[in-house]
Amino acid sequence: MTDQPFRLLPRVTEANEHFWRGGADGELRFLRCQACQTFIHPPQPVCPQCLGRQLAPEAVSGRALVATFTWNHQAWIPGEATPYSIAIVEIEEQPDVRLTTNIVNCDEATLRIGLRVRVVFEERDGVYFPLFEPAETRE
Amino acid sequence: MSLRLDRKASITGIGQSQIGRRIHRDPLELTLDACLAAIEDAGLSREDIDGIATYPGNMAVPAGFSGAGVTEVHDALRLHLNWFCGGPEAPGQLGSVINACAAVATGLAKHVLCFRTVHEASAQGKGGRSPIMPGGGGGGGKPPKAPGMMQWNLPFRAYSAANWIALFAQRHFHEYGTTREQMAQIALNARKNAAQNPNAIYRDPMTLDDYLSARMISTPFCLFDCDVPADGSTAIIVSASDAARDLRKAPLYVESVGSALRGRPSWDQFDDLTTMAVRDAGKMLWEGTDLKPDDVDVAELYDGFSFIAMAWLEALGFCAVGESGPFIEGGERIARDGSLPLNTQGGQLSAGRLHGYGMLHEACTQLWGEGDARQVPGSPEVAVAAAGGGPLGGCLLLCRA
Repeated sequence: MTDQPFRLLPRVTEANEHFWRGGADGELRFLRCQACQTFIHPPQPVCPQCLGRQLAPEAVSGRALVATFTWNHQAWIPGEATPYSIAIVEIEEQPDVRLTTNIVNCDEATLRIGLRVRVVFEERDGVYFPLFEPAETRE
Repeated sequence: MSLRLDRKASITGIGQSQIGRRIHRDPLELTLDACLAAIEDAGLSREDIDGIATYPGNMAVPAGFSGAGVTEVHDALRLHLNWFCGGPEAPGQLGSVINACAAVATGLAKHVLCFRTVHEASAQGKGGRSPIMPGGGGGGGKPPKAPGMMQWNLPFRAYSAANWIALFAQRHFHEYGTTREQMAQIALNARKNAAQNPNAIYRDPMTLDDYLSARMISTPFCLFDCDVPADGSTAIIVSASDAARDLRKAPLYVESVGSALRGRPSWDQFDDLTTMAVRDAGKMLWEGTDLKPDDVDVAELYDGFSFIAMAWLEALGFCAVGESGPFIEGGERIARDGSLPLNTQGGQLSAGRLHGYGMLHEACTQLWGEGDARQVPGSPEVAVAAAGGGPLGGCLLLCRA
C-alpha cells in the first residue's frame, strides 16, 4: 500500500488498545469471555452473553467474509481519491462479530458479498487499522 | 404487558417555518416561527404549553444539525413547564414526539410543544452535504479523533450516513434482487409530489433517465437517493386527549406508536443487515392497535435515503420483508392516487431534510384535509408517520376522531 489515505484516528484507551494496537504483532484481537468463550465487540467490561467478568484479548485468525459493501464515490474530504470500498465483514470464528472496514487490493469486479477476505494492517501513529484483502484467487 | 396508549394522546396543531436552501436566518427564530404557528394552529396560547420535547437537543456538531434545544425555546417564550425532554438518545427523531405522547398520557403534561430545527443548508455552505465529522470537518490544526461508537466507522472512511445506509441497501439488493430501477420510484414519486407542494425545495420534473444518469455517491445510492439539506423548523403540539376536545381543530388521536429496538443499537452489529432497527419499531406499532396495515390511507415514511422508505414499507407490513422493490415498481401503488400514497409532500428527497418531523407534519396535513393541490383523494382517516434509519427508528399511527 503506497498511497495511504487520510484516516481519522480513534482515541486509544486501555479498553480498546488490544484492538487498535494488535496489528503491531500482526494480530486481530477481540475481547473474549474466559467463561463462555464469546468474542465481544465493541469492547465492554461485562460479557453480554453470560455476564462474566473474566475477559481477555485473544487473537483470531484474521479470516472473514464480506457481509456487504459499498463503493464510495463522494470525496467527503476535499481532494480524496475515489472510489474506494467500504465493507462490513464477519469474523470467521464468530460471524456476529462484524467490522466496518475497507477491502484493499481488490477491484470492482472482485468485490462481492460472500467474498472470503483476510486481515491486513495499515499503520498510522501507532494505530493499526484492520483492513481486509481477498483471500481467494478469482477463477 | 399492554403497549396501548388508549387514545390518551392527540395531535392538536402543527406549524412550520420558512423552509429553504441557505436562507441564513437565525435557527432559533425559525424554531420560534414554527412553534408559534403550531400553538396558534391548535387554538392555544403559549400560557397553555406546559411541556417541551425535541430531538436531538442542543448539539454544536455536526454543523447545522440542531437549530435549537429545549432551553432556548423554553426561555425565549418564557414558558412555565411541568415536563421537558430533549436529546439524541431516542427511537429516532420522532422519539421525541413519542416521549411527549407518554408524558400527556400519564398526566405529566397537558400540551407539549415538540419541535425539530435544522439549518444544515446554511451551515454547510457551498461545500454541499457534509460528512458526519466531529468538529464539523473544517478548521485548522490537528484533525479530531473519532469519538465513542464513531471509532468503529469513521477511521474506515465511512464518513457519511450515505455510506452506512448504502451497506444495508446493498445487502438488500443481494438477498432479494432489488434493483436501482425499483428504488428510483421512491425518488421519482417524491419529486412528482413535490411539484404540488409550494414549500418543497426541488420541484422540477425528474425522469428515470435523470435518476439513472446521476452521479454515484455510495453504491447503490446516486445523488437522487440522498435527501437535500435544508433550513427549516417543524413544530407539533401533542395534547392530552381530554384537554384536546374543545380546541380549534378536531384532534388526531395517536392510535399507536413504535419505539422498540430489540436488536443491537449499532450501525454494523444489528442482527439483520437488510431491515435495520425500523424492523422493531414497525412491529411494535401493530402490537398496540387492532388496526391493520390495510387500514392506512396515507404513509409518510422517512426517506433520508431512498432505501430507508423501502425498509419502512417492509417494517410496517405494507409488503413482505424483501418485497419492497416489486411493491413500488412502476410507482403506481405509492402515487398520490394509488392504494398507498407515499411521501405526499415530496419527502425529504425533494421537499427538504426536515429530519423526520416533516413526515409527521405531512401526515397531519393530510388527515386534516389541508394538502391543497397535493391532498390525497378520499378524505384519509388513518395515517402513519415514521422516521429514522440504521439504529434509529420511531413511528406513529394517527387517526381522525
